[in-house]
Amino acid sequence: MKLESLTQSIGEWLRGTGPESDIVMSSRVRLARNVAHYPFVSRASEQERADIERFLRERIASVPVGRGLEYIDVGHLEEIDRQFLVERQLISREHADAQGARSVAIDRMEQVSLMINEEDHLRIQCMHSGLDLRGAWEQIKVVDDQIEKLVPYAFHPRFGYLTACPTNVGTGIRVSVMLHLPALVITRQIDKVFRSLHKISLAVRGLYGEGSQAMGDFYQISNQTTLGRTEEELVEQVGDVVPVLIDYERRAREFLVRETQQNVHDQVSRAFGILRTAQTISAEETMQLLSRVRMGVMLGLIGDVKIADINSLLVRTQPAHLQKLRGMELDVNDRNIERARYLRQHFEGGDSGRASVN
Amino acid sequence: MKCQQCDKQAVFHITELESGAVRELHLCEDHARAYLNQSGGEPSQGGPEDAEEATPAAGALGVGQTADELAILDQRACEMCGITFFEFRNQGRLGCPHDYVQFEKELEPLIANIHGATEHTGRRPTRANSLPEGTEDLTRVIGLRREMKEAIALEEYEKAKEHRDAIRGIEDRWVVPSEPPPSVADDRGAEGGPA
Repeated sequence: MKLESLTQSIGEWLRGTGPESDIVMSSRVRLARNVAHYPFVSRASEQERADIERFLRERIASVPVGRGLEYIDVGHLEEIDRQFLVERQLISREHADAQGARSVAIDRMEQVSLMINEEDHLRIQCMHSGLDLRGAWEQIKVVDDQIEKLVPYAFHPRFGYLTACPTNVGTGIRVSVMLHLPALVITRQIDKVFRSLHKISLAVRGLYGEGSQAMGDFYQISNQTTLGRTEEELVEQVGDVVPVLIDYERRAREFLVRETQQNVHDQVSRAFGILRTAQTISAEETMQLLSRVRMGVMLGLIGDVKIADINSLLVRTQPAHLQKLRGMELDVNDRNIERARYLRQHFEGGDSGRASVN
Repeated sequence: MKCQQCDKQAVFHITELESGAVRELHLCEDHARAYLNQSGGEPSQGGPEDAEEATPAAGALGVGQTADELAILDQRACEMCGITFFEFRNQGRLGCPHDYVQFEKELEPLIANIHGATEHTGRRPTRANSLPEGTEDLTRVIGLRREMKEAIALEEYEKAKEHRDAIRGIEDRWVVPSEPPPSVADDRGAEGGPA
């Protein structure tokens, strides 16, 4: 199974590079598309889903961008493998949990992912590290154009691209950035920020998309409307607000360092301490502590740790990744023990060699 | 059905669609009024016919309709995929592209409510062979396929053949042949049979 090879890499969105990557983890654009001559997925029969899947897979394989893609038959994957793809943000939770024929095509960089038979027949996603919405948009446009040459996307002259849910109709575009905003959380300004985002019709979600809780101070900001504005306008709408949020977060970090230096230093050091010594630890706590450490590294309070490493730990300590790395299925308790072991090993390796066993 | 807030008969059935999540409300007249008033006094973006219930929620589905009116609307079905309006209200997902034409009048206030607009201004497909932009013509295939299946079930093979030919005719115009993919590595696991 080729999924194993993915455990060795960390994927585009965790690379920790790109503009403003101290705060902006990744920039993502996705397009929802449907084939005009089939019912939408939820209404399609088992046979029709298989036909749609084959039709799209074959067409995508014969366009230039499709040739370098790796196909994964999600419908035949074990649950742990589907979960693994969700953790890497290559498929959505809905796609993982759905029924029937469905697949995903991804490129080696893990920038492009094409989900077939999610809520819509085709969901094209393009993800770049750091703040690079424009780059992600330019790339997805090429992918979409090439596929459209061979696939008659359902289109209505007035309503635009037709989608299974009216919330996506029109452009079918969702533009989002994932931000790390620990200082705004600590200084309790985050709710205020979110309220003002809602007022300009931007949505805020947690790390793993719709309905997910914000974990470890990671938040996704995205457009809420898809009709009545052009794709460029919607890219700008999200893009325009990001520098403002970055500025807020930077100021909150400066405030923390200036006014509560000892306190912050203490919090960050304790978080680091727990990660390096815990014997059993949950995914949630790990995420929360890694978030603090990430901020500590950014503020120069912790040396010797790279941001890319923290990012990588964020995903590798997730349940499916942990089990893949260990090479066996583990229950919750065993996972917590294994996670703690993995973290200890990771941090010890960077410092003064192996610490003594206690 | 009883009102969700009291013991009276529910006469208003409201489906709220919020970023993909569906919430259903069944309320008596009094509670429905209270609910609608509490959702604010901004002008409706729906058509002039719902002007009296001028709240954003009134633009959503089913509001301002009596149970009887809604029951009639609920039974309307798409000519192509067969989904009823009731099924859509329940699932929050449409059945096929033709629903946007079949239920256009009902969907328009909902779309206006979600997006604050009803007119797509973004990218549009460019089509070869002087095909129209809209794909309504191609979407007819969904209905034809259904009729073909029904004809086969009734052993009306002549009719089924007509449908099949009609489907082919439409698809030939719309679905351009793709060049054979260059040896696609087929990653699919053992199809069917137990491992």
